[in-house]
Amino acid sequence: MEKEQYQQLEQNVTPKPPYLKNVAKAFFVGGFICAIGQAVSLFYIIFFNFTEATAGNPTVATVVFFSMILTGLGLYKRIGQFAGAGSAVPVTGFGNAVVSAAIEHRSEGLVLGVGGNLFKLAGSVVLFGVVSAFFVALIKYILVTIGVVSW
Amino acid sequence: MVILFQTKPSLLAGGVVAGPLENRSVFSQYFDSVYDDERWQMKTNEQGHRKMIEEACEYAMKKMGVQKGDIDYLMGGDLVNQMTPTNFAARDLEIPFIGLFSACATSVSSVIIACLLTELGAANFSLAGASSQHNAIERQFRYPINYGAQKPQTAQWTVTAAGYALIGKHREEYPSIEAATIGKSVDYGMDDPFHMGAAMAPAAFQTIQSHLQQRNQKIYHYDLILTGDLGQLGLKLLKGMLVENGVKNEELTLLRDAGAEFYGQDEAFQSGASGAGCSAAVFFSYVIQQMRAGSYKRVLLVATGALLSPLSYQQGETIPCTAHAIEITMK
Repeated sequence: MEKEQYQQLEQNVTPKPPYLKNVAKAFFVGGFICAIGQAVSLFYIIFFNFTEATAGNPTVATVVFFSMILTGLGLYKRIGQFAGAGSAVPVTGFGNAVVSAAIEHRSEGLVLGVGGNLFKLAGSVVLFGVVSAFFVALIKYILVTIGVVSW
Repeated sequence: MVILFQTKPSLLAGGVVAGPLENRSVFSQYFDSVYDDERWQMKTNEQGHRKMIEEACEYAMKKMGVQKGDIDYLMGGDLVNQMTPTNFAARDLEIPFIGLFSACATSVSSVIIACLLTELGAANFSLAGASSQHNAIERQFRYPINYGAQKPQTAQWTVTAAGYALIGKHREEYPSIEAATIGKSVDYGMDDPFHMGAAMAPAAFQTIQSHLQQRNQKIYHYDLILTGDLGQLGLKLLKGMLVENGVKNEELTLLRDAGAEFYGQDEAFQSGASGAGCSAAVFFSYVIQQMRAGSYKRVLLVATGALLSPLSYQQGETIPCTAHAIEITMK
């Protein structure tokens, strides 16, 4: 059998990913995680002296903490298998990427193992996050300077 | 070229040890031991991996009442970098040893080498086999165990198991190896490491075709042709290729795959099982026992291996695969 013919056969046999089902699951789980984030945010605003603008940092820290606990208990990977992007894209997915790498590399010691591999998966999120934040800020700075928008 | 063994070395015994999750395998009743701790009470997964290999070898030796001093050669491998689990097990077993890497096809490539050594008269007894430990292999090839990435339906689950066979000179009351085919490295342009069955099926196809042609056999000359770890989709693809090549549908029932059957119909394992320990565990427990019980007279075992690394995948290379076959008969 020729390669092209085999690739045709492979296309026919391989089931198509259930895109619609995956999108729906990601939408609801992702939305649920964000609703929890919103609740945490309101908690900080109502019970502590945070404003909508300043509640972001403690909220992120709190939900990342939740995801770290779930990762440590081995539950986050199960949520991930069900929800796909729904649990990978929110900031909880970032916490999961960091902690799972830390657990994995604990056997190689704290410095070379945990330290060296902590951002193995999350490193590119940090890098491209910072780079894109820089460019967004730069664009806004230019727009403010020429008077299109204000800070 | 097919290798014909004039002296027909025998598979005297098999030792198979598996992890806790493998309790869910349809083959678990044939295993010698299913351990309830995936690390074998060692500190790391890799140490547990080594321990599992040692125990599998010990079971195989114990069944024939031989000591490690009686074993002339140890042939085996695993999927961890530089194969440290097998190398370290060899250190503790103190048997002359060559580590072999044919990825998940090592279960059969090691048996072929052991048979050649037996045929040559260089070995009275040798141990041959392969193993994989889920956690140690996943971190090697994919993501950390607790990382929440979604696996597609085409993915397969690396088993935790070690299977080793004790090979010796021909004895009539044991399954014996008549012939073997060493597979080529075959690449049909598949590049998805979460769809290994599709990458490996052409290799299995070529090895089976070549073996049957050289031996002047048809599929129906066998009671069973069992591939290693194609998974449900890979097996479908292999059958599809055979049908294209003129094999009749009724013959296809003789074709089975250890990986596709390993965890039954459990959807949590997607397309089925994989890993060097998958074929080794099934071949050296279920198959040997069924042959000794007289259920099968002639069996072709085809272990399949994907010869990729995480590096080669990230560099955009396609996945070459191999398949090695042994023809086993029972009087």
